[in-house]
Amino acid sequence: MVREKTGGGRLTVETYTIIVLLLAATIRVATPLVLAALAGMFSERSGVVALGLEGMILGAAFASAAVAAVTGSAWLGLGAGIATAVALALLLGFATVTHRGNQVVAAMAVNIMVAGLGPTLGMAWFNLGGQTPQLDQPAQRFLGLMGPWAATAREHPLPGLLYAELLSGHNLIVYLAAVLVPLSAWVLYRTRFGLRLRAVGENPLAVDTAGISVNALRYQAVVICGALCGVAGTYLSTAASAGFTRDMTAGKGYLALAALIFGKWKPFPTLGACLLFAFTDALASRLQGVALPIVGVIPVQFILALPYVLTVLLLAGFVGKATAPAAIGVPYSKEN
Amino acid sequence: MKTLGKLPHWAELVLLPLVNLVAALVLSGVVVKILGESPWAAGKLLLAGSLGTQEGIGYTLYYATNFMFTGLAVAVAFHAGLFNIGGEGQAYIGGLGTGLVALWLGARAPFLLVLPVAVIAGAVFGAAWAFIPAWLQARRGSHIVITTIMFNFIAAALMTYLLVNVLIRPGQQSPETREFGAGAFMPLASEMLAKAGISFSASPLNFAFLLALGAAALVWVLVWRTRWGYALRVAGQNQAAAVYAGISPSRITVQSMLLSGALAGCLGLNELLGSQHRILVDFPGGAGFVGIAVALMGRNHPFGIFLAAVLFGALAQGGSQLSFDMPKINRDMVVVIQGLVILFCGALENVFRSPLAAVLAWFAKKPEAAD
Repeated sequence: MVREKTGGGRLTVETYTIIVLLLAATIRVATPLVLAALAGMFSERSGVVALGLEGMILGAAFASAAVAAVTGSAWLGLGAGIATAVALALLLGFATVTHRGNQVVAAMAVNIMVAGLGPTLGMAWFNLGGQTPQLDQPAQRFLGLMGPWAATAREHPLPGLLYAELLSGHNLIVYLAAVLVPLSAWVLYRTRFGLRLRAVGENPLAVDTAGISVNALRYQAVVICGALCGVAGTYLSTAASAGFTRDMTAGKGYLALAALIFGKWKPFPTLGACLLFAFTDALASRLQGVALPIVGVIPVQFILALPYVLTVLLLAGFVGKATAPAAIGVPYSKEN
Repeated sequence: MKTLGKLPHWAELVLLPLVNLVAALVLSGVVVKILGESPWAAGKLLLAGSLGTQEGIGYTLYYATNFMFTGLAVAVAFHAGLFNIGGEGQAYIGGLGTGLVALWLGARAPFLLVLPVAVIAGAVFGAAWAFIPAWLQARRGSHIVITTIMFNFIAAALMTYLLVNVLIRPGQQSPETREFGAGAFMPLASEMLAKAGISFSASPLNFAFLLALGAAALVWVLVWRTRWGYALRVAGQNQAAAVYAGISPSRITVQSMLLSGALAGCLGLNELLGSQHRILVDFPGGAGFVGIAVALMGRNHPFGIFLAAVLFGALAQGGSQLSFDMPKINRDMVVVIQGLVILFCGALENVFRSPLAAVLAWFAKKPEAAD
C-alpha cells in the first residue's frame, strides 16, 4: 500500500474497502464450513461421529455438478447433491446404527470410496479426466444476487459499499446458511425433537426407557446431516466454482468437524469458529505474494497449509478442553 | 434387535473376511458394469496383469511392500485403540529422512553402511511426524483422527515447499531431487535371484520386501510376545482396566504412535531406495490410506496384513493394467475398491456375522439329525 501524506482521506477509504472485501470473502469461504459444521452438529449430538462429512460433501459436489451440467439446472443439481449425500448418510446409518459397526471406520470407508467414485464416474460419463464439464450457463449455477440499488450504493463508500459487497451480492446458499444457524439453534434447544436429540447423544438408555426409539432418532439425525452436506457440496461445485474437480473438498469436512469441536457442539460458537477459519483463509489468500515486514513473502505452500495448522492449534484446545456428547461413537444395543 | 452370532475361531479369522471381501468385489463389479464395461473381462485383466507374468508378480509384491509398512502402522495403533489415518504423511516425512540420508551418503558409502542409517532416519522422521498428534491426544484429548489427517495436509505442503524451493536439482523444472548415489540403491530382486542362479523378470521388487517381512515379524513379537505389547493391548481394549493394572494409557498412546509412525516412515526404503532413486512429489501415492484397508482386511495381525497387502498390491498393479486396456476405467477405480473393502471388512463386518453363524450352526447340527 502506498502511503501518501496528502491523501489521508483516500488511504482510509482504501483500507476500508480492503477490509469490506476481506469480510465478504470470509462469508463466501465460511458458507460450506457452516453448513457442514451444522450437519456435523446434528449427527454428533445424536451420538454418531461425523467424520463422514468430507465424503458426503464431495459426493454431493460431484452429483450436483454432473446433474447441473447435463440438465442445465442448478436446482436439479441441488436436488441431486442432497439426494446423494442423504444416500451416503443412510449407508453410514445402516453400518453404524443398525449393524453397530465402527463409526470412524465406516466414515473413512465412505470418504475413501467417494474420493475414488467421483473421478471414476466422471471419467466414464464425461471423459474429461475425472472432472465434470465446465458450467458456463448462468442457470447451471447459483450466482450472486444483487440486492436492489446495490450498483448505485457502491458509489457511496461508507454505508453503500458495506451493503453492496457484504450484505448483497452473495448467492442464495450463503443466505440459506445464515438462516440455518439460528434455525438449528431453535430446533436443538426449543423443540421436542431437539431435546430428544441431545438426550440420545448423552444417555441413549434414558431415551430408550422413555419409550423413544434410539435408532429412529439417530437415523433422523444422520439424514439431516446428509441433507446439509448436500447443500454444502452443491455450494462448492455450482456456486463457489463452475464444476467438480478431483478432491475439491480439500479437507473442508474435517475443518468443519474441528470447528464444531472448537465450538463445543453449540450452533453459535461453531459459527464463530467457522468464521475464524474462513477469515484466516481469506486473509491468507490476500497475503499471497505480498511482502510483509520482517518475514518477507510467505511461500504459497505455507499459506495453503494455514487452515490445517489452525485446526491442529484449535484442537490442541488453547481455550479449554471440549467435552463431547457422552455417548458419541458408542453403538446402542438394548441388551447391554 | 438381533443378537450378534458367535462364530468359531477359524470362521472369524478366515471365513468372515473372505465373505466380506467377496461382497466388496461383487459391488465393485456392479460399479464396473455401471461404467459400461464387463466385470468378468475386467476381473480377468486384473488377474492377468497382476499375477499372470513374472513381471506382474514382481510389481504386485513391490506394491505389497509399501502396503505392509503402512498396514502394520495402522494395525499397531489399532491395537492401542487409536485410529492412525496419518500414515500417508508419516510415510512422506519418513521418506524425506531416508532420502536425505541417501543423498548425503549414497555416493560416499557402500550400501551396507547406508542401509542402517537410512532405516533409522526413515523411522525417526516418521515417528517424529506421528509424535505431535499422539502427544496432543494423550495430553489434550485432541481427536487423533482429525489431527493426523491435518498432518497429512501439512506434510504435503511442507514437502512441496522443500522440493520446489530447497531440495530441487538445480536447473530443472520438475520438483524432485538429484538422483541418489549408487550406494543407496536397494538390490533388486531380479539381481539377487540371478546371483543365486534363478532367472526372474526385471521389476522394481527389491530387498525392502524382506525388510517389510522382518517388520511384520518384529510387530508380531512386540505386540504378542512382550510385556509392552500386553500393556498396549490392554490399554487398547479397556482404558479403565489398564489404569487399574498400573498401565498409563497416555504413555501407551504416545509409544504406540511412535512405533506406528516409524513403520509408515519405512515406506521410503521401498519406494525411494528401491525404485525412484530420488525424492519426488507425492511418492507415497495413497499407500497410507491403503494401509487402513490392509489392516482391517488382515484383522490387524501381521500374517493377515501380509496376505491383505499382497491382495492390494495385486489390485494396484492389475488396476494400472486395467486402465491401459479399458479406456473407460481409470486408476481411481482401485480407490473405489479400497473404500468398499474398508466398508465391508471394517464397518459392515457384523452384517454377515449372524447369517454366517446360522449357516454354520445348521451344518454343525446336521450329523446329529442324521442319527
